Amino acid sequence: MAEIVIVGAGPAGISAAEILVANGLRPILIDEGARAGGQGYRRPADGLALDMNKLMGSEAGRYAALHARFAALRPQIDYRPQTLVWAIDGKRLHLLRDGRTETLDCDKLLIASGAMDRIAPLPGWTTPGVFTLGGAQVALKDQGCLIGSRVAFLGSSPLLALAAKQYRAMGAEIAVIADTTPFSAKLAAMPALLGAPRTLLRGLWYMATALRAGIPMLNGVTPVAVEGDGRVEALVLRDGSGRERRFACDAVALGYGLKPETQLADLAGAEFTYDPDFRLFLPKIDGFGRARPGLYLAGDGVRIGGADAAEASGALAAHAILSDLGRPQDIAAIRPLARRVARLRGFQRGLAQAFAWPKQQIAALPDSVTLCRCENVTIGEVRAAMAQSLGPVEVNRVKAMTRCGMGRCQGRVCGPALQEIVAAGTGQGGESAGRLRGQAPVKPIALAAAEEPA
Amino acid sequence: MDRSQAQFRRVAFRSGAAVTLSFDGLPIRATAGDSVLAALLENGALIRHLEFGGEPRAGFCLMGACQDCWVWSSEGGRIRACTTPVSQGMKLFAEPQGMADPHG
Repeated sequence: MAEIVIVGAGPAGISAAEILVANGLRPILIDEGARAGGQGYRRPADGLALDMNKLMGSEAGRYAALHARFAALRPQIDYRPQTLVWAIDGKRLHLLRDGRTETLDCDKLLIASGAMDRIAPLPGWTTPGVFTLGGAQVALKDQGCLIGSRVAFLGSSPLLALAAKQYRAMGAEIAVIADTTPFSAKLAAMPALLGAPRTLLRGLWYMATALRAGIPMLNGVTPVAVEGDGRVEALVLRDGSGRERRFACDAVALGYGLKPETQLADLAGAEFTYDPDFRLFLPKIDGFGRARPGLYLAGDGVRIGGADAAEASGALAAHAILSDLGRPQDIAAIRPLARRVARLRGFQRGLAQAFAWPKQQIAALPDSVTLCRCENVTIGEVRAAMAQSLGPVEVNRVKAMTRCGMGRCQGRVCGPALQEIVAAGTGQGGESAGRLRGQAPVKPIALAAAEEPA
Repeated sequence: MDRSQAQFRRVAFRSGAAVTLSFDGLPIRATAGDSVLAALLENGALIRHLEFGGEPRAGFCLMGACQDCWVWSSEGGRIRACTTPVSQGMKLFAEPQGMADPHG
């Protein structure tokens, strides 16, 4: 029987596994996490007295349903938690579990690797106490901890207000919710956002809640600096009218929307194309998530769409796998899934206008700002390397010259900002900066483990 | 350690076995299920100094992606604090111990 491997036990991976199981197959579901659910529907570790219903709010029902579905699914699949796929070589996956490596050959591979925050640097952003917005939510959902007692939320995303609401409900003081996109851009994007759905309504509702609670909520800000010696003391920014404002806080949550984790898709041989709306290189897929023969991509790991789109796209990919195995699929069941995925992912394009990636602000950052937090490379070093470079300037060349993007995170954090700095230097579009290529291992592994005979 | 200087603030009680670990020789009390990172930041401990320039770091993404919260174990290996649960008797350090390669 064909070996079907799904990487990622979030909403996309779980939905795909369900359909395969319903068709008499027993897929292998590999997940780096200890508990299924992915980042968004993350389940707290045992023993934590955390009211997930309160925390998840209107999403509580979906959260509970996903975990109930997984509990029913688990005996029917080969579930391998706490397992890292650190390299892919053709049809062979290289795994790391409990410090030991092994290989796994597959016929069909579905990657549902999820997303992480997209980050724009600012002066002082490496100060302890600055965390990603997603990280602020993980600290709460996974560990029952707030990242600080008085927290500033900075970036551009409807999730800023969502996370601030969760933090406030759990007893945090909210110093400010500061969004770099002007309110006028949010209004202009309204037509693209209509018709879609709960996500927008939730976002607006949280913003209204924050306003009523008297939380300072600013649009069109320019970040100036995170201040503090060894720990966060304040967030300084210029508001929409150009006035500098200082918000005392002991933690900052930073997030400019999400970006797909595409390193594994890259190693598995997906082709990439530049998306000018999101200003990211994304894997090419067909309407079902096929990237190449035997390779399928689903969920936020290939296109940001949120949990509902992830579920539907995981199901679509499972239907594609079945179809490619020679099992005819019921088109009537597939059409609504495809429509839902298209609608929810289309909605994200509207969001990308209303909560824009601040490319001009990044291009204008001073030379002294750290760009690569792994290798401690400043924006000035990148600019200097570009000035010295002979031949065409692109991100992989700059990476080789400066080590920016070469560190342990593999450019996950600095990549999007590096791309804008390079694009600003070339004076051409974002695409001209090129794409940081993925490298194995996608995450650091102990050398002893990598050297073991496979 | 001065708990008033803690970075993280616990807002949900965790029941479970009490665990004692140490960080740079100082005892840290935690509960089974806590991540190393949460245990350290709840106790006001610094996580690490960057290999390049030595500036303090305390993690960033908290989901195993940014690799900015690695600490050192007494055996010379590295542990990613945000995705590693605490265990009884763990001895952890902000700096590498012995001859381990700090860039390994």
